[in-house]
Amino acid sequence: MAETLIPIYIMGKRYEVPEGLTIMKALEWAGYQLIRGCGCRGGFCGACATVYRVPGDYRLKVGLACQTPIVPDMYLTELPFFPANKALYDLDQVGDRVDTLLELYPEVARCLGCNTCTKVCPQKLKPIDYIAAALRGDFPRAADLSFDCIMCGLCAARCPGELVPYNVALFVRRYYSKLIRIKPQHLKDRVAEITGGQHDQALADIAAMDEEALKKIYVERDFEKL
Amino acid sequence: MSGYPNEMRASIKRLEATRAFRLQQDIPRLTPEQKAQLLEQCHPDFRPEGMRPVRVGPNKGQRMQNELVDLLEGYGRLDPDRVDLQRVDRDVDVLVVGGGGGGVTAALLAHEHGARVLLTTKLRLGDANTIMAEGGIAAATQPNDSPYRHYLDTIGGGRFQNKRELVHALVHDAPLVVEWLKDLGAMFDTHPNGDLVVSFAGGQCRRRVHSCKDLSGLEFMRVLRDELYNKRIEVLEFSPVVELVLDDHGRCAGAILLNLETGEHTLVRARAVILATGGIGRLHPNQFPTTNHYGATADGLVIAYRAGAPLLHMDAIQYHPTGAAWPEQMLGQLITEALRGNGAQLVNVDGDRFINELETRDLTSSAIIREVRDRKKGIRTPTGMEGVWLDTALIDIRGGAGKLDRMFAGIVHRFKEYGIDVHKEPILVFPTQHYQNGGVEIDALGRTSIMGLFAAGEVSGGVQGRNRLGGNSLVDIFVFGRRAGKAAAEYAREAAPAGSLSLDHVRRYHRELAEAGIPKGKLSPMLLPDYTRPEVRERRYS
Ligand SMILES: Cc1cc2nc3c(=O)[nH]c(=O)nc-3n(C[C@H](O)[C@H](O)[C@H](O)COP(=O)(O)OP(=O)(O)OC[C@H]3O[C@@H](n4cnc5c(N)ncnc54)[C@H](O)[C@@H]3O)c2cc1C
Ligand code: SF4
Ligand code: SF4
Ligand code: FES
Repeated sequence: MAETLIPIYIMGKRYEVPEGLTIMKALEWAGYQLIRGCGCRGGFCGACATVYRVPGDYRLKVGLACQTPIVPDMYLTELPFFPANKALYDLDQVGDRVDTLLELYPEVARCLGCNTCTKVCPQKLKPIDYIAAALRGDFPRAADLSFDCIMCGLCAARCPGELVPYNVALFVRRYYSKLIRIKPQHLKDRVAEITGGQHDQALADIAAMDEEALKKIYVERDFEKL
Repeated sequence: MSGYPNEMRASIKRLEATRAFRLQQDIPRLTPEQKAQLLEQCHPDFRPEGMRPVRVGPNKGQRMQNELVDLLEGYGRLDPDRVDLQRVDRDVDVLVVGGGGGGVTAALLAHEHGARVLLTTKLRLGDANTIMAEGGIAAATQPNDSPYRHYLDTIGGGRFQNKRELVHALVHDAPLVVEWLKDLGAMFDTHPNGDLVVSFAGGQCRRRVHSCKDLSGLEFMRVLRDELYNKRIEVLEFSPVVELVLDDHGRCAGAILLNLETGEHTLVRARAVILATGGIGRLHPNQFPTTNHYGATADGLVIAYRAGAPLLHMDAIQYHPTGAAWPEQMLGQLITEALRGNGAQLVNVDGDRFINELETRDLTSSAIIREVRDRKKGIRTPTGMEGVWLDTALIDIRGGAGKLDRMFAGIVHRFKEYGIDVHKEPILVFPTQHYQNGGVEIDALGRTSIMGLFAAGEVSGGVQGRNRLGGNSLVDIFVFGRRAGKAAAEYAREAAPAGSLSLDHVRRYHRELAEAGIPKGKLSPMLLPDYTRPEVRERRYS
């Protein structure tokens, strides 16, 4: 099958690359051995935030290079780095949730409600909503709404209020998971058993077993039902 | 619109027709004899042309993957005679190499135990296999489970070749690690009463895998990274280690780092070094696609080997049974085992199952290869790829509508982009390289055979034997990251100060290569894969 080549502009330079590639693969096909802007190559790490324009549209578009297919005549560049504000804190020392939030990130109160963040989020999240939930003190909801965030930086890059929504969300999720949610009893029990040495004998016994005996109990072990 | 072309849809009809029957069908587990036969016939590790003996170094004469042997038989990137070892740029107690889950954990623990820590990594902090983990972390935290059962599953899954002291440490610490992560603020999936949700993985006899939706690794990685910053532990990004430095007593005493952007090298002197550089997927063993991140190029294996540390089980590569085989854009990407753990089935072109989906990965992958290659029961795509179906609709049928959306939002979302609705339609899968089962041999404290050199996580060998179970790597990196971090800090405090720094081990290794008649070709470690097209490379004349 002959490949159809289409023109794209990488940092202003024109290249012809095969149709159907992602932006990342198109960069490589054109001859770039990536250093920055490439991590997981699967949409998980947020290393590959990209901004681009297409002809006839004044709007700036954004996407993940590893996930976004190329379109003819797109003008693009990857964002190698975004200098984001991150507050330092000790989760063992923090106080009330909203007070702490405002102390660490006072700028959250400056959210203009413009919703630019939602328009750029490649994970289809609504930072505006999770920020609002956090401000209301509804940390469980903010945690849930922000969970899929890959910290790509795009919302912060575009936010006119100069918030860094993803770092706010990370603080909120950690606060919620550690301090608001209970620690499950079964986990506490098992940890106490282990630190109390209750499993040591069973483990010493199995570790000392000869291979034949081990193979036998392995084959005969029972399975929990699906 | 469906994302599947017509010729593939015919087979989907057959799959739908057998669904009711398959829901009741019980496929027994394989006997030890059947297992041995299946592996030998179909597992890529048994392809004679895929491996060759390495001609130099501590494992001389042992067979390993060709692609790895190429690097082990490579000359170092630095000429030792050009490096000024008098000029020490940084002096620390513990140098951690690698910014994935294993490295960040080790750095946190070394810091907690009083060491001055520097963490250096090749890409950004967190750009690593860890961030990609979907399924979750194995630990015996449930009342019907025990560390003993976890031990048995792990060592049986590893074909009884695991180092026993390491399995012992793994299963013993596993629940403690889950508690540690929870206390750091990781958002585990929970039942309404607060109990942790657990799923099956192949070869685990109990539900044991703790998840954070299908983004478990992302959640752990971003929490740990945040904590590293909160603790003000110093991090260098885009600064891979290209060579270890020993002292005149043969102890590890630091490393040489390359600034990927300026090309400058710096020398870090450290009383202890912890290697946590992860896996080898980007070498593409046997030309398989891989699930691994961009930086998984075996660097840690290469530099440790050159310094004299033996490797274990490097002839055992894990191919994950369910890599995406369609659409083309997703080729080789991971389709998490948790789908099978929650009831999704593997189905051939006729709509029939052919293996118990909860067999270990080595067996399940082999069975898929047998189905496609030997029995010609695969489904062919228009581009000539072949695979088998993963029937995901069963998850909602078994667990109630909404379960797929709740637990596997990422998968649902990614396939929707290509017009495939996994609530109704299956996913086409074929094995993909996933994990390096072996690595640098360690003991239960993460120590290697070189004094002062520790290793943790995927780069290390012995924990998983010849085949790792699902969920057992995340627990491995945290258990041994913690152990190595603590042990390295203690070692750094107690060990006698380093003697004079030396790269004689590199000189010796180069001599050995020359004596074996190996010419100077590509230099190693690889650092970054090159996916540029050959026509461009050929014309880089200068
Ligand atoms: C897609 C995917 C899904 C997975 N899902 C699961 C799962 O659900 N459960 C499970 O238990 N396991 C899973 N695994 C396996 C598990 O995630 C990894 O084995 C584990 O996270 C490895 O951790 P690590 O810290 O050892 O290595 P990594 O997380 O890979 O980190 C290694 C780090 O070292 C850096 N590095 C490499 N070379 C150098 C160098 N020369 N100098 C400095 N730094 C260097 C890398 O850039 C990287 O940051 C999965 C793996 C993949 C790829
Ligand atoms: S872009 Fe910034 S200011 Fe606008 S809604 Fe989002 S967080 Fe608020
Ligand atoms: S919320 Fe912001 S940082 Fe997170 S994925 Fe969306 S755009 Fe990226
Ligand atoms: S490279 Fe990780 S999200 Fe694109």
